[in-house]
Amino acid sequence: MALPYRRRMSSLLNQFTQHAPGGTHSTDVAIIGAGPVGLFAVFELGLLNIKTHLIDILNRPGGQCAELYPEKPIYDIPALPVVTGQQLTDNLLEQAAPFKPEFHFSQMVESLEKTETGWRVKTDADTVIECKVVVIAAGGGSFVPKKPPIAGIDAYEGTSVFYAVRKMEQFRDKHLIIVGGGDSALDWTLNLAPLARKLTLVHRRDEFRAAPDSVHKMRELAALGKIDLLFGQVTGLSGHDGQLTGVEITDNDKVKHALGCDALLPFFGLTMKLGPVANFGLNLHENLITVDTEKFETSVPGIFAIGDINTYPGKLKLILSGFHEAALMSQQAFRICFPDQKLRFQYTTSSTDLQKKLGVK
Amino acid sequence: MQSVFVTVTDYEGTPHRLEGLEGWRLMEVIRDNGLPIKAECGGACACATCHVYVAEGWVEKLAPKSADEELSLDDAMMVQDNSRLSCQIILTPEHEGLEVTLAPNP
Repeated sequence: MALPYRRRMSSLLNQFTQHAPGGTHSTDVAIIGAGPVGLFAVFELGLLNIKTHLIDILNRPGGQCAELYPEKPIYDIPALPVVTGQQLTDNLLEQAAPFKPEFHFSQMVESLEKTETGWRVKTDADTVIECKVVVIAAGGGSFVPKKPPIAGIDAYEGTSVFYAVRKMEQFRDKHLIIVGGGDSALDWTLNLAPLARKLTLVHRRDEFRAAPDSVHKMRELAALGKIDLLFGQVTGLSGHDGQLTGVEITDNDKVKHALGCDALLPFFGLTMKLGPVANFGLNLHENLITVDTEKFETSVPGIFAIGDINTYPGKLKLILSGFHEAALMSQQAFRICFPDQKLRFQYTTSSTDLQKKLGVK
Repeated sequence: MQSVFVTVTDYEGTPHRLEGLEGWRLMEVIRDNGLPIKAECGGACACATCHVYVAEGWVEKLAPKSADEELSLDDAMMVQDNSRLSCQIILTPEHEGLEVTLAPNP
């Protein structure tokens, strides 16, 4: 799914292989989720010679740290008295770099199929990853666009309510209503205004946090009468058979306006939903995956769950718990990936073998 | 730390009297008591998923919204004049009896 490009991607990322959607790939472990715990799993698995591919619905690594609080300080990472979400992500990427993980961004894993040698992981972008072990490090689930709680909206989704724009052409000569005050709302207002028959931008107040240049351009269009600007919110929908014909906007003076509308595009940022993980056939407890506390394996052998998405007696949703879980999971993943090899426990401080892998020897 | 009792009405319209503690964020009290508030960013004023409506008479008694909170409210929906992000309300003894209602979750 194409998500709005919100922040500059870390330049660190350039050193990693990032695959375009589609194609069939083969690796030892597929990690679902490239947040802090998924990234640390690359390191722990890498020390054991296990190769990894990571899949994430966002267009960059870091998960919640990068999406929700890149600039906010975190105080409970061991040995880092204070670190921001983005710094933590960058540090984890640097730590994982020697193991050359490969990334598949902007896609969501839809299904896991058992194969003779392990698992076939398929995404909504038609990427297939054949692997021996699956590690679910999906945090709170997939980031998906927020959906306005307007009665009956489900019936119009995909036909006349859209949370992302895939083909601009489909909006030609339509009456569009775009809702929101951030970069996505403003970018699409600017891009679609020349195509649309009529475009109305609706926002709850006369202030926009989108890039100042976009706001300036949008105000110019409004001043020229090329778009309409309304302050209020969408409170009702009308139409039939999935086709919107109008919306009700309640303005800030509580006055209701009926507007004609062919397509509604609400942009309120992202929220987390468990998504297809719920259909993987794993035991769940209150939307979390149950695991043992020795290997962090799910009810299905060969599929592990680490970080915020798992649950077990005493579980604490802390990044540091996910790091611990990644280390223990890796031991069992090794036994599955290399059944004929002996697992040797080594320290990075003394093992020349590990130091070679890390590129420091 | 002094207890501060607040009343939080859930999505079904049922009020719950919750014991909070001075210095806690209202969001933490709601989450700690198991009410279904998303509060995804954990109090960083970044996600707008701890949105509540403050009862009449209480709006003026709370510390005013910061620019940051107003900005984050742009990502909330069904925003009203009495909308607040509960992670930005830090309880003091003056909040004894505060009443809020959970706003619809996205």
